Amino acid sequence: MKLTVWTYEGPPHVGAMRIATAMKDVHYVLHAPQGDTYADLLFTMIERLKDRPPVTYTTFQARDLGGDTAELFKSATKSAFERFKPNAILVGSSCTAELIQDDPGGLAEAIGLPVPVIPLELPAYQKKENWGASETFYQLVKTFTCSDEGQIGQVKKPICNILGPTSLGFRHRDDVEEIKKLLTVLGIEINVIAPLGASVLDLKKLREAKFNVVLYPEIANSAAIWLSKKFGQPFNKSLPYGVLGTNEFVKEILALAEISSSDSASETSLRNFNRSAWYSRSVDSNYLTNKRVFIFGDGSHVLAAKDVAIKEFGFSVVGIGTYSREMAREVRVSAESSGLKALITDDYLEVEKAIEETQPELILGTQMERHIAKRLGIGCTMISAPMHVQDFPSRYSPQMGYEGANVLFDSWIHPLMMGLEEHLLTMFREDFEFKDDVTPSHLSHEKSKFTEENKRAEDSEQVFSEINTCKVVWEKEAEDELKKIPFFVRGKARKNTESFASSRGFSKISIETLYDAKAFHAR
Amino acid sequence: MNTPADLIVEKEIKFDHKKNNLNSTSENNSYKQEILKEKGQREVFCGLTGIVWLHRKIQDAFFLVVGSRTCAHLIQSAAGVMIFAEPRFATAIIDEKDLAGLADANEELDRVVSQLLSRRPDIKLLFLVGSCPSEVIKLDLSNAAERLSKNYLPNVKVLNYSGSGIETTFTQGEDACLKSMVPEMQQSKGSKEKKLLIVGTLADIIEDQFSRLFKKIGIENFDFFPPRNSTDLPEVGKDSVFLLAQPFLAETATELEKSGAKHIPAMFPFGVQGSYEWFLSAAKEFGVSEEKVTTVLNPYISRAKHAVSKSLGLLEGKSVFFFPDSQLEVPLARFLHHELKMNLLEVGTPYLNKKLVAKELFKIPNETQISEGQDVERQLDRCINKNPDLIVCGLGLANPLEAQGFTTKWSIELVFSPIHGFDQAGDLAELFSRPMYRRKKIAALKPKKENFGVTQ
Repeated sequence: MKLTVWTYEGPPHVGAMRIATAMKDVHYVLHAPQGDTYADLLFTMIERLKDRPPVTYTTFQARDLGGDTAELFKSATKSAFERFKPNAILVGSSCTAELIQDDPGGLAEAIGLPVPVIPLELPAYQKKENWGASETFYQLVKTFTCSDEGQIGQVKKPICNILGPTSLGFRHRDDVEEIKKLLTVLGIEINVIAPLGASVLDLKKLREAKFNVVLYPEIANSAAIWLSKKFGQPFNKSLPYGVLGTNEFVKEILALAEISSSDSASETSLRNFNRSAWYSRSVDSNYLTNKRVFIFGDGSHVLAAKDVAIKEFGFSVVGIGTYSREMAREVRVSAESSGLKALITDDYLEVEKAIEETQPELILGTQMERHIAKRLGIGCTMISAPMHVQDFPSRYSPQMGYEGANVLFDSWIHPLMMGLEEHLLTMFREDFEFKDDVTPSHLSHEKSKFTEENKRAEDSEQVFSEINTCKVVWEKEAEDELKKIPFFVRGKARKNTESFASSRGFSKISIETLYDAKAFHAR
Repeated sequence: MNTPADLIVEKEIKFDHKKNNLNSTSENNSYKQEILKEKGQREVFCGLTGIVWLHRKIQDAFFLVVGSRTCAHLIQSAAGVMIFAEPRFATAIIDEKDLAGLADANEELDRVVSQLLSRRPDIKLLFLVGSCPSEVIKLDLSNAAERLSKNYLPNVKVLNYSGSGIETTFTQGEDACLKSMVPEMQQSKGSKEKKLLIVGTLADIIEDQFSRLFKKIGIENFDFFPPRNSTDLPEVGKDSVFLLAQPFLAETATELEKSGAKHIPAMFPFGVQGSYEWFLSAAKEFGVSEEKVTTVLNPYISRAKHAVSKSLGLLEGKSVFFFPDSQLEVPLARFLHHELKMNLLEVGTPYLNKKLVAKELFKIPNETQISEGQDVERQLDRCINKNPDLIVCGLGLANPLEAQGFTTKWSIELVFSPIHGFDQAGDLAELFSRPMYRRKKIAALKPKKENFGVTQ
């Protein structure tokens, strides 16, 4: 049993729903208790889809458990087929149905439907949402690319599939648009985009591409690996995230398409779409140098965000982690290369602890890190699922490609205090309006009461001694001096000074210790 | 006041499911219409959802769901749009090890609870909330609650209830929660004075309004249940009478009767009529004359009537179709029909407790189809065929129906809004007229399917 305040991923059947809902003509019959239809709301409310997800639930109740739940499943499957006439049916269990052990696959088989029935084995007590989506997509791709045994020769034309975008994906809608534009400019044709918007017929056509573009490895890697083994379709490893990432991606895609860079005249002009490189270079961004950033999210977004943060925005990454265990190795390697230890966990409380310890000035994370950021009074931007309704925006807001890089610049910088205000706050501490540690004034409407409570808490001795587990005591004057340091770096300064003092065996911190520590830790 | 409805109510019926057969065979019941009972896919929430409002009401309580990742996902999808610095709910997610043997699961639970309580020393009341998985594997949470209570009292009381989908639908989670608190209420000693208990979660502002009105009527001795703090549980006993503020509290009512309290049958305080009748029922029980009640309440009645009438223009003569959700449907349909002159096509409810809504049922016109339970696809067919002007339904159906050109009112909001009493009657009417008004207001957008743009 695990104490879970927030969960980064839903159960695996939600992943399967994301695939079914993304596609056009697939129906999902889910053996599940009454109430599990809450998942429909993720699609109709959070993503604001206009149709009900193509999911039929058996919604059994306690009184059904004494009876024949298997029969209930069969009749639900039969009537779902008759009503919706899908071209393929997915069948599976939710966590509770897994316990009662009816066999959806076998039961659906027994009905003898005239369309393919794909049984999903999604172990709800071991695996999670992304795994469920990935497994479902893989099973669908396997079923439909194999069913048609006609021979297809080696594809010569530069034509590709885009794999990975789903329903409920973080900015998948606009990423796909952006990458479609990019590929078109490069002279690459798009065969099939799947699962988002694809039909069963489209899946059968997957083989007609020369290569695959995987945008979301969490969803599409297993399908891409299978397609590469079965039909020799190679796929990309880099992701078009940030300017440098997109450059790298373009290079890789041109190689996969066997187009030489010189053939693609428009390749360089592509970069004209981008403004973020200049914005980051402009002197206004100088103060962003070495801003301390903590990054958490799914594996691929975290890896990509780290590169952008360091190489494009000049931040310093002080913590990095992911909840995607499948990506643990890559994230660890990347963290080590920056002298960090990756945090691989799906435990919100551990993430909270790590953020408290590193005292970043900005958190790049998920909806869950927003809760932590609120508690600690730190700026936060979303870079990855899970997300809520505000991250399915109406406006065009890709994360990928050159326009995506523009979006990243604006949205990551926004929560930080702006340069002039930061300078003035450091110089003058007693202004009645632009006070220490209040929300940056360009965000004043977002001012949270909590930041103030936090300040009060920090100022009160009692809480201070709780936070401060080491034995070093602050002299009154040093404590006052500490308060003159701007709020967003004060936490770090406190930690640095305390660790400096205890490493020297000091029992008291004076003003001089504070400045000694500052010199010691100077960047 | 010798209407048939009063006859039903005055015949005292205990909250016993088996005897609760006030159906059309009972000669006292004037409600002749067949009630459609359906079985099929149910598009409703499970009782765990009750946590979303209960944790706000009882401020020192913590709700620990013992369930799966699905349960955790449900609650955070429902509540997670609010950014919590310190959420007052969490899930102990069962994993494979726990499925292997039950003894282990109990130890695991103890460990999780101690971890939780050391993080949140401010908690006074901990609810272990049962879910579908915990019930299917027959994890005995009531035993666990007793064991843990022994360990943590007097600092923390641990209780248990089921919010599982297999047992409870949406607001029944509150019923189960309140029921679990009844045995914790002190037995009142000796019957000095009759005492009124107002049962069901109410918005704080409404509690305050109701307190003022009861005092004006001359009822001074009353308590609200649940209380805002778990340490302020009211007393209960033979001298207690209780008034339900919500129609979904059948189990809690039974439990209160077991403790000696007596139920006051009444309509529910929605709209002018319901609120008046609700106060009047209580007043009669306390021997207050109808005359006095009317005199005291008259200013509130006329104020409320005025507020309600503002929505009349948009709603009068319009048809409405209710999908089942919270058991509030029958009282709300009564309100819409009598005070806003709406035409009731179908009133769906997840459960129909005929005793509780007897007075309300009597007010529903005979041509209205009342349905209990659900087969969502067939109900959607019926709904679309009848082409209602307004559809009251859950969020899983609302946007898809809007996209087909229907006007909807999402029903969950009715549970999350202050809608009880005279001074909210106008707001309640407005909740239903707002979607109609909005439709008119943005008519230039031509909200038809073809003009909505693409989603994907």
